[in-house]
Amino acid sequence: MTLLRIEGVWKNYRHQSVLRGIDLDVAPHEVVCLIGASGSGKSTLLRCVNLLETIDDGAIHLDGDEITDVRADVDEVRKRIGMVFQSYNLFPHMTVLDNITLAPRKVHKVDRARAEEQAGELLARFGLADKAGEYPDRLSGGQQQRVAVIRAIATQPRLLLLDEVTSALDPILVTEVLSIIRELKDTGMTMILATHEMNFARDISDTVCFLDGGVLLERGSPEQIFSSPEHPRTREFLQRVLDAGRL
Amino acid sequence: MTDEVTDEVTRPARSARQLERERIRRRQAVRSSSIATASTIVFLTLVAVLVTNSPGWPRVRETFFDPEWFVRSLPDVLQGFWTNVKIFLIAEPIILVVGLLVALARGLRAPVFFPLRVLAVVYTDVFRGVPTLLVIMLVGFGLPALQLTGVPSDEITLGVIALVLAYSAYVAEVFRAGIDTVHPSQIAAARSLGLSHGQAMRHVVLPQAVRRVIPPLLNDFVSLQKDTALVSTIGVIEALRQAQIYAASKFNYTPYLVAAMLFILLTIPMARFTDYLSARAARRRGPGGA
Repeated sequence: MTLLRIEGVWKNYRHQSVLRGIDLDVAPHEVVCLIGASGSGKSTLLRCVNLLETIDDGAIHLDGDEITDVRADVDEVRKRIGMVFQSYNLFPHMTVLDNITLAPRKVHKVDRARAEEQAGELLARFGLADKAGEYPDRLSGGQQQRVAVIRAIATQPRLLLLDEVTSALDPILVTEVLSIIRELKDTGMTMILATHEMNFARDISDTVCFLDGGVLLERGSPEQIFSSPEHPRTREFLQRVLDAGRL
Repeated sequence: MTDEVTDEVTRPARSARQLERERIRRRQAVRSSSIATASTIVFLTLVAVLVTNSPGWPRVRETFFDPEWFVRSLPDVLQGFWTNVKIFLIAEPIILVVGLLVALARGLRAPVFFPLRVLAVVYTDVFRGVPTLLVIMLVGFGLPALQLTGVPSDEITLGVIALVLAYSAYVAEVFRAGIDTVHPSQIAAARSLGLSHGQAMRHVVLPQAVRRVIPPLLNDFVSLQKDTALVSTIGVIEALRQAQIYAASKFNYTPYLVAAMLFILLTIPMARFTDYLSARAARRRGPGGA
C-alpha cells in the first residue's frame, strides 16, 4: 500500500543538482520526517511533490497517478496535497476565517456557510476559536503557523507537507505548533515533514530519512536512525546536532 | 472599586522625571511652531516685495490680476471647466479598467495568450513614448479622417479616447509594479491550496497589489485632471479654451488665472488625499517597516 511514490527524482539548478535520484515510498497514515543539514534538499523535495518545482528526472505518483506527467493538471494535483511553509504565508489582507475558507469555497466549491462552519470547528479544536475575525498581523507567530496548518487541512488533503514549520518560531511557540501536528498524526493524516526539531522527529515519525547533498543516504525507524545510524555521514550529522544542544 | 485598583496597577502616577520630560517636550513643540510661523511670514513678505517691486509689475497686475475681468470671465470659464470635470470623470474609470487589463495581459504565460502579451508590451511602450498632446492630436484629427462608420466625430469623445490611450499605458505600469511587489511566497501558498493562476491573481495577488499602488494611482489622477486641458487643441471648448477666447478678444489674461485657480481647486483635495493614504500606509507598516 503506497500513497506517495517518489522514484529516482532529480532536480537541477543552474550549476548543481539539489536532488540526485531520490526514492521514497510513503504509506497511508505514515509520518515521514526528512532530516539533514540546510541545503541537503529537504525543502526542494517537498516543493517538487507539490509541483511548485518541476523535476528534471524521475517520477512522483500520488494514489497511483503520475503527478509529474507533463500533461497532468497541476491544480487538480494540488487539491489533494496540503502544504505549510516556514514563513506561514498567510494572506495578510484576509481574516483568519477567510484565509481558511478561501480554498474550500473557490477550489472545492463548498458554499460559504458550510465552509465557515467547518473552519470554525477546526479553529475551536486547535484553540483559536476567538481569532476567526482577526487579521494575521495581529497574531503571534505560533498562532499564525497554526492557522496555516488549519488552512492546509481545511480542504481535507490526502497528504500534508510541512516545510520547517517551526524554524521561524521561538521555543515556546514551537511547542504549540508541534502539538497541533501531533494531533493531526492521531487523526491519521499522512505527513512529510522537513524539520530541524530532532526530538520531535524522533517522537512523531514512523520513518526518518536522512538527506545529504541531495541523496537519501539512510532511512529507518526513529530508533534505528537516532540510536544506531549506519552511515558515517548520518552519525556525523547527529553528532553535530548533539553538540549544538539540539538533541 | 476593583477597576480603580487595576487602573492604578497598570498606570502608576508619572514620576517627576517623566513630568519634567513632558514639560520640555511641550516647550520644544511650542518653539518649533513659532519658528515655522515666523519663517513663513518672512518668506511670503519677501516674495511679495520682490514681485511688486519688479519693473513690469504694474503692467502684469493690469493684465493678469484685473478684478473686473476676473468676475466677468468666471461664469464662462467655470462652464468650460465643467467640461474638464466631465472628461476626467468619464476617462478615469475606463483608464483604471484598461490599465488593469493591460497589466494582467502582460502577466499571462500561457502560449495561447502570446499575441495578447506582445500587444500589451507594444502598447505600453508606444503610448508611454508619445507625448500626450501628440496622441490627442493624432486621435482628434486622424480618427475622423478615416471616415469609418461607427467612429465618433465629436471632439469630447475623441479627447476621452486619446486620454484613455495615453494614460492607460502609465496606469498599466503602475498596476504591474504593484503586482510585482507581492512576494512569490504568497503565490506559492495560493497555488499550493489548489487555486488556479487566475484565482490566485484575483483573490490573493491583486487585492494586495491594488492597496499598495493607490497613492501612485491617485498621483496619475491628479496629472490627468490637468491634462484634460490638452483636449482644447482639438476644438473642445473647456476652461483653457474659454480663457483663451477671452484673452484673444479682450487682451486681458486674467481669465487664464481663473482657469488655473479652478484646476488647483480640483487637484488639491486629491493631492492631500494621496498624502493621507501614503501616511496611513506608512503608519500601518509600523516603525520597523515590513
